[in-house]
Amino acid sequence: MELIEAIILAVLAASTPLLIAATGELVTERSGVLNLGVEGMMIVGAACGFAGAWLTGSILVGAFFGIVAGTLMSLVFALMALGLAVNQVATGLALTILGIGLSGLIGAGFVGERITPAVHLYIPGLTDIPLIGRVLFGEDGFVYFSVALIVGVWWFLYRTRAGLILRACGDNHVSAHALGYPVLRIRTFAVMFGGACAGLAGAYLPLAYTPFFIPGMTAGRGWIALALVVFASWRPGRLVIGAYLFGAVTILQLHAQGWGVGIPSQFMSALPYLATVIVLVLLSRARTGGSTAPAALGTVFVPDR
Amino acid sequence: MQLVLEKRAERSNTIALVSPLIAIGLTIVTMTILFAILGKNPLLALHAYFVAPLTDGYSLQEIAVKATPLVMIAIGLSLCYLANAWNIGAEGQFLIGAVAGSWVAVKTQGTDAGAWVLPAMLVLAAAAGALYALIPAICKVKFGASEILTSLMLVYVADLFLDYLVRGPWRDPHGFNFPTTAEFDPVATVPLLIEGGRLHLGSIIALLVVAVAAILLGRTIKGFEIRVVGAAPRAARFGGFNANQLIILTFAVSGALAGLAGIIEVAGPVGHLQPGISPGYGFTAIIVAFLGRLNPLGILIAGLFLALTFIGGEQAQIAMKIPLDVTKVFQGILLFYVLACDSLILYRFKVVFPNRQVARGTH
Repeated sequence: MELIEAIILAVLAASTPLLIAATGELVTERSGVLNLGVEGMMIVGAACGFAGAWLTGSILVGAFFGIVAGTLMSLVFALMALGLAVNQVATGLALTILGIGLSGLIGAGFVGERITPAVHLYIPGLTDIPLIGRVLFGEDGFVYFSVALIVGVWWFLYRTRAGLILRACGDNHVSAHALGYPVLRIRTFAVMFGGACAGLAGAYLPLAYTPFFIPGMTAGRGWIALALVVFASWRPGRLVIGAYLFGAVTILQLHAQGWGVGIPSQFMSALPYLATVIVLVLLSRARTGGSTAPAALGTVFVPDR
Repeated sequence: MQLVLEKRAERSNTIALVSPLIAIGLTIVTMTILFAILGKNPLLALHAYFVAPLTDGYSLQEIAVKATPLVMIAIGLSLCYLANAWNIGAEGQFLIGAVAGSWVAVKTQGTDAGAWVLPAMLVLAAAAGALYALIPAICKVKFGASEILTSLMLVYVADLFLDYLVRGPWRDPHGFNFPTTAEFDPVATVPLLIEGGRLHLGSIIALLVVAVAAILLGRTIKGFEIRVVGAAPRAARFGGFNANQLIILTFAVSGALAGLAGIIEVAGPVGHLQPGISPGYGFTAIIVAFLGRLNPLGILIAGLFLALTFIGGEQAQIAMKIPLDVTKVFQGILLFYVLACDSLILYRFKVVFPNRQVARGTH
């Protein structure tokens, strides 16, 4: 019983950074922009988030630093991909390469330091309910925030006018422009939202997941978040399922290593990455009747005047 | 007043030529500021990065050694990118090539195997790299799965596989438990060009690859097809060129080159298989490919330049305690500037004064 509870808690913790980063990227991609720099924005968010928390002793300030760092990184992307109409794939790769270097530079002074990780909610009575108590009422703030975030994004995309306009930009930027919507400005905001989320997701790792910073600690989570958006067919609801499934794969392979199943640990560690490849193949194959991707995803737009 | 982007009627050849130089210049300016922020004397730091490595023979050889894998991988990647196929998993193909080639070296260790060992290693490494690159290519062509994500995921898998081998079955029994194979036998080692130096046969192979790529792209139908499929997919369809076939081909070639680079690195400068054989060659090669304008000769020059930053970065770390991560920041910034300057080949800036009446549509 306790093991099951521990596993569920661990799955939630492992899924939260994936969910937050993928939610941001989902909004970015729905506006028609493919930002492959999620990994770079996350790792800079992790370094800055830890720096903020270590310097001030506040997890909240750390999270804020992570958000600001991710947003600044995404602005560089927006300047290039939207302002200068540069190929989005190449720009995203550049952002990741830059982010890995920057995070090493920023985080170098903090390697080996520890902080007090984010506190978990505790409501006497409720949190003590066996099995579901700690799962529902004993998480850290990031976990609750990630759920609120994806619900908020769903509501924004499908229930507000602004969300409709954003989706229009992603599906046909020429029409959106012809209707008088400022396509590039809307996309810039979408990219910034994606950056803020990626920065926060990165900051989650040293602030709540492990109480220290190590270079390269995102370990490809940014790329998995990108794959999750594809997995979710660009829909918020499926994104939640995908994020928790991937978190589960991560945790199960860790537990399997602990149980000593006899499979070398490296093979188990490779599982989340292999799962990503397999899922991408299966999903892309299932989608024979036209793609569900935003029609203008990844294409350059320079308004006519 | 507003600055807007406007498409040029024709691509600007002047900017196409000078844009890499502008990009390098802007990067150096940015780095000067970064060094100053880090509290290092910018002039001394720039000297350590870009001048000091050019002043002694050992460093010059070391630059060529570092440029070898970069150029080989980047040539392959440039073919992919020209055909609009996004292989970003060259790092994984490099590692798998290193593993496959090392298999021969490990199995023949201590036997009286002859001169066939090294050629067999090279062939096997290229084949393994190509096969590994074919996984994302086939997933793309058959199932439509994004080759960007699948090729990248396979980097982590290759890395873990190599880690497993050198910690498990292939570990040197006399290696004090370090995760490494035993030193390769002389027949399994890439020969040096200068006795006692660093330069090895791999650099010659890299030059051959550049020459072959230049001929392929400039003088053959296949090269023409690759360029057309990337630049004008619609025209390519009307021309009857098979884009899917080219994705398979360019991925296989780039995987083979990355695999070859991997085994040359292991059987040459490193001498044995261990984790961390690559300081990110597969990713830096992406920068090399773009800085070299996806052109073989340009890639050769760009490869040498980025190798210089690797060596310069090491020297700056020793001499001035500048963190090694500065090199990665440098490379990232450089790629940004290259891409930004390239944009000016197709577009130009125009200053517009928004006119209220025009905005209301009453002109």
